[in-house]
Amino acid sequence: MKAPRPAGNLAASVRAGARSALEILEEHLAAIESGDGAVHAFNLVTADQARGEARAVDRVVEAGDDPGLLAGVPVALKDNLCTRGVPTTCSSRILEGWRPPYDATVVTRLRKAGAVMVGKTNMDEFAMGSSTETSAFGATRNPHDTNRVPGGSSGGSAAAVAAGFAPLALGSDTGGSIRQPAALCGVVGMKPTYGAVSRYGLVAFASSLDQIGPFATTVADAALLFDVIGGHDARDSTSLNRPTPRALSVLEDGVAGLTVGILSEFLDGAAPDVVARTHQAAEALTRAGARVEEVSVPEVRLGLSAYYLIAPGEASSNLARYDGVRYGLRVEAEDTAAMNIATRSAGFGPEVKRRIMLGTYVLSAGYMDAYYNQALRVRTKIIEGFAAAYRTCDVLLGPTAPTTAFALGAKTDDPLTMYLSDVCTIPSNLAGHPAISVPFGAGDDGLPVGVQLLGPALSESTLFKVAAVVEAAAPALAAPSLVAGGRS
Amino acid sequence: MKPGWEMVIGLEVHCELKTATKLFCGCPNMFGDEPNTNVCPVCLGLPGSLPVLNQKAVELAMAIGTALDCEIRSSTFHRKNYFYPDQAKDYQISQYDEPINVNGHLDLPDGTQVGIERAHMEEDTGKTSHSGISGRIHGAAYSLVDYNRSGVPLVEIVSAPDMRSSAQARAYATELRAVLVASGASDGKMEEGSMRVDANVSVRRSSDDPFGTRCEIKNLNSVRSLGRAIEFEAERQIVLIESGERVVQQTRHWDEDAGRTVTLRSKEDAYDYRYFLEPDLVPLVPDAEWIGAVADTLGLMPAKRRSRLIELLEDAGGVTDAQVDQVATVVDLGLDELVIAAAAGGVASSLALTRTANEAATDADRARRLDPVSYTALLTMEAGGSLSATQAKAVLADLLVAGGGDPAAIAKAKGFEVMSEDSLTSVIADAVAAHPDEWARYCEGGEKGDKLAGFFTGLVMKATRGQANGKAVAAELHRLRA
Repeated sequence: MKAPRPAGNLAASVRAGARSALEILEEHLAAIESGDGAVHAFNLVTADQARGEARAVDRVVEAGDDPGLLAGVPVALKDNLCTRGVPTTCSSRILEGWRPPYDATVVTRLRKAGAVMVGKTNMDEFAMGSSTETSAFGATRNPHDTNRVPGGSSGGSAAAVAAGFAPLALGSDTGGSIRQPAALCGVVGMKPTYGAVSRYGLVAFASSLDQIGPFATTVADAALLFDVIGGHDARDSTSLNRPTPRALSVLEDGVAGLTVGILSEFLDGAAPDVVARTHQAAEALTRAGARVEEVSVPEVRLGLSAYYLIAPGEASSNLARYDGVRYGLRVEAEDTAAMNIATRSAGFGPEVKRRIMLGTYVLSAGYMDAYYNQALRVRTKIIEGFAAAYRTCDVLLGPTAPTTAFALGAKTDDPLTMYLSDVCTIPSNLAGHPAISVPFGAGDDGLPVGVQLLGPALSESTLFKVAAVVEAAAPALAAPSLVAGGRS
Repeated sequence: MKPGWEMVIGLEVHCELKTATKLFCGCPNMFGDEPNTNVCPVCLGLPGSLPVLNQKAVELAMAIGTALDCEIRSSTFHRKNYFYPDQAKDYQISQYDEPINVNGHLDLPDGTQVGIERAHMEEDTGKTSHSGISGRIHGAAYSLVDYNRSGVPLVEIVSAPDMRSSAQARAYATELRAVLVASGASDGKMEEGSMRVDANVSVRRSSDDPFGTRCEIKNLNSVRSLGRAIEFEAERQIVLIESGERVVQQTRHWDEDAGRTVTLRSKEDAYDYRYFLEPDLVPLVPDAEWIGAVADTLGLMPAKRRSRLIELLEDAGGVTDAQVDQVATVVDLGLDELVIAAAAGGVASSLALTRTANEAATDADRARRLDPVSYTALLTMEAGGSLSATQAKAVLADLLVAGGGDPAAIAKAKGFEVMSEDSLTSVIADAVAAHPDEWARYCEGGEKGDKLAGFFTGLVMKATRGQANGKAVAAELHRLRA
C-alpha cells in the first residue's frame, strides 16, 4: 500500500508545472485568515515574504529548473527558529523587537528545497511548557476543540498542521515538545536522533536535549521533511558527521521480521482509552508480521525527575544572555545590575522564571552533586536501560501522552501535573534517541490519541517504516472543527 | 624582603593566541580595529548561535603545552556562568577540570625551575570602557562595550606556587613571554593585553611553615608592575600579621599610579560560577599523531637555546658571568644560530659570542637574516689576524646591510690590509717616544700602570686608522716593557 503524502504530492505538482506555488500558498493563507482567529497557531504570518518566495519557486519551474523536494510547499516554523530579518520571539517579551541577522540551518535547507515559509508559530515561552499556555502572546487552541490545549511546547506548529494552515511545520523537542502536541492535535510529529538535525539557529532551551523535527499530516510527509532538514552541519559541533538515515526511501518496506516491544512503564500512568489504542496499534503490527512482546525499562520511571534537573540547569545558563544589554527588551534602571534585574523581571513569564531559579539552584556550589550530577548519572542509567531493551527489540511502542488534550487552564496552577504530560516523551530526549508520534484514532472524548514509536540512535528509517504500518491501520479521526467543544 | 619572612608567589598568565580567527567563530582575531566590526552571531552570543572550536587555536595551545613540557591530554569545555555586559552569553566557555595541558615546568635563566600546573583554553570577553575619570564601572554615567575581543582564543597558564621573590616572578614572566613568542603561540605584547598576568601572593615566616592566606592581584600591565605589586603586597601582609591581624583572602587591584593594591572583592563576594559541561561542544581528544605533528613544527625553546651556547663555552674552557649575560642577549634577540654556525666553522665560541652580543646585536633585525657562512668567514679572518677587530666590525656593518657577501672582498675594497710587523713596530716606537711619562708609568706595572696599555693601543689605532691588529700591539708593548 502506498503511504499517503499530501505535501509530497503538492511538491510533485509544482515541480511538474501542474500547479503554481503561489496558488497553493494563497489557499493556505486564506485558511489561516479564516481559521487562525479561533486557533491562534501563529505569532506572525509572513504573507508578503511568502508570496515572494512562492513566485521565485514558480519562476524556477518556468525556467525549466527544479526548485527541490519541497517545491512550493508552505511550511510553518516554530518561533524559536531564527529567520533572517523576521522577528523570532520564542513567545517571550524579552525578545521584543529582535530580528535575527541570520537563518537557522534548517531554514536555509528548507529554502534550498523550494519550501515557502508562511510564518512563525506560537509556543510555550522558550519552549517551557506542555500546553502552549505559557506564551506571552496568549494560548494556542486545539483545532479539534478550541476549549482544549494543543499540547506544547510546539503547540502552534501542531495546530497549524492539524488545522490545514500549512501541510508541514517544524518544531523543537526538548522533552516531548513535538510528539506530545502532535498526539494531542492528531498529526504526525517526530523527534530525530540528537545530532541528526543541526541546532544552529534554534534558540536554545536545554542544549543537550533540544532537537528540531518535523510535523506533518502523514508519516511519509514527515519523512520527506526529515530528509530535507537532516544531515551534518559544520556550524553545530554536536551535529553527527555521518550519513543521515534516508527515511522516505524505505518507508514501504513493512515490518515483517521486526520485534516491537510494548513499553510497560509507559502504559502504567496512561488513561484507559489511551492504553486501549496503544494495544490496538500493537495488534496491527502483529497482523503486519512484526513480533510484539511486552518489555520493561524500569529506569524510564526516573526520567521525569532527572529531566527537571538537567533541562532547567542548562536553561538557566542559556537564558542568561537575555540581560537587556545587546538586544530585545531593556527596562532602564539606575545601574547595569539593576537594569539586568528589571529587564529579566519584566521580560520573562512565571514558568521561565521558575525554571531559571530551579536550574540556578541545581548548579550551585554545594548542591550540584546532589542534584545536577545525580541527574546525569540517572541519564546514563536510562541509556543503559534502553540499550538492554534494544538487544531484543527493534523498536518500542507506547502512548505519546498519558491523556488526550486537556482543557485550557486545567493544569496551569499545578506545574507538577503539567510536567507529567511529558512522562512518556522525556526518556527519548535524555537518551538522545529518535521517537515518532503517529495519530491512532480518538479517545473516549473523541479527541485524538497518538501512539509513540521509539528506537535506538539513528534508527529513523526503521521508525518511519513501522510508523507507516501503524498509520495505515489507524482508526479514522474526525477532521478538526476549529470550534469549542469539537464537532457537534 | 623583610628579614625573617618568605614570599610565596604563583602566577596566572592569560595569553591571547595568534590565530587568524576567533576561538569559536570565523571572525578576524585582530587588535585595534574599529569597535564592533569583527563580530558575528556566535561571538555576540546571539540566540541560536553555536560555538565551533578553532583547530589552529587547539594546535597553538598544544604548542604551548609542548614548550612547557606539559602532558597533553583529552580535554573538555565548561561554562563559567556570571553576568557582565562584556560577556556576550553571560557565560564564558573555558576548560575547567579537564584542561588540555597539565604538569609542566618552565626553566628560568638562573637555573631555577617553576612548575606549571595547567595551561588551558578559554575565550576572551569583550572590552568595556566606563565613562568618567575613575574608569571603573562604579559611578560611571555609561559604559561602552567592544565585542571585537569577544571570543578571542586565550590560554591561561597557571604556575605552581613555586616562586619566592619578586625578582623570580619577573624572571618567570619574562621567560614565559619568550617561550610564548618562540612557540609561535602569541606575540606576547603586554601593552596590548595579549599577555596578562595575575599574581597570587602570600607570606610566611619560614619555608617549613604551611602557605599563608593568599591574595590575588589583578591589573598588572608590565613586568615592572608585577615586581612592584608583589613587593607592596608582601609588605602589606607582613605588616598585618606583625600587628596581630590576619590576611583576608581576597582579590586586589594594583593601582599603578598610587603604587598600592586595593580591595576588589573578598572571598565572601566571590562568584558561584556554576561550572557545568558545555553541551554545545564535544570532548577534544587529540591523538598522538596530531600532538606529534604540532611538536615537530616547534623550534627550540629559549632555555634549550641558552644551554646549547653554554655547553659550547664550557667545552672551550669555561663560562664567565659576563658571558652568561651575553648568551641571554643573543638568545633573546634570536641570534644564537649565528654563534652556533661560527663555532661549527672553527671560530672560537667566545669570539663568536662577543661579536654577536656586542656588534651583531646592535642591528638584530638584519643580523637574523645574515648569511652565517659570510659571518663565519669574517670571524675566521679576524681570529687569524688578517683583520683587526676594528676592521672586522667595519666589514660586518657592510655584511649586515647586504645580508651576506665575501668579507675578504669587502676588506680589500676598503683598503684593509694587515700592517707589516716592521711598520707596526715603528708606529709603536713613535708613540712611546712621544709620551715618555706615560711609558714610564706603564713600565712600573701594577694595576694603574697596566691600564696604560689601552692608552698606547689607542694611539696606535689612531695613527693606523684602525688597521693595526690589537693583539699584535698588545704583544709588542708587552715585549718592549720586558
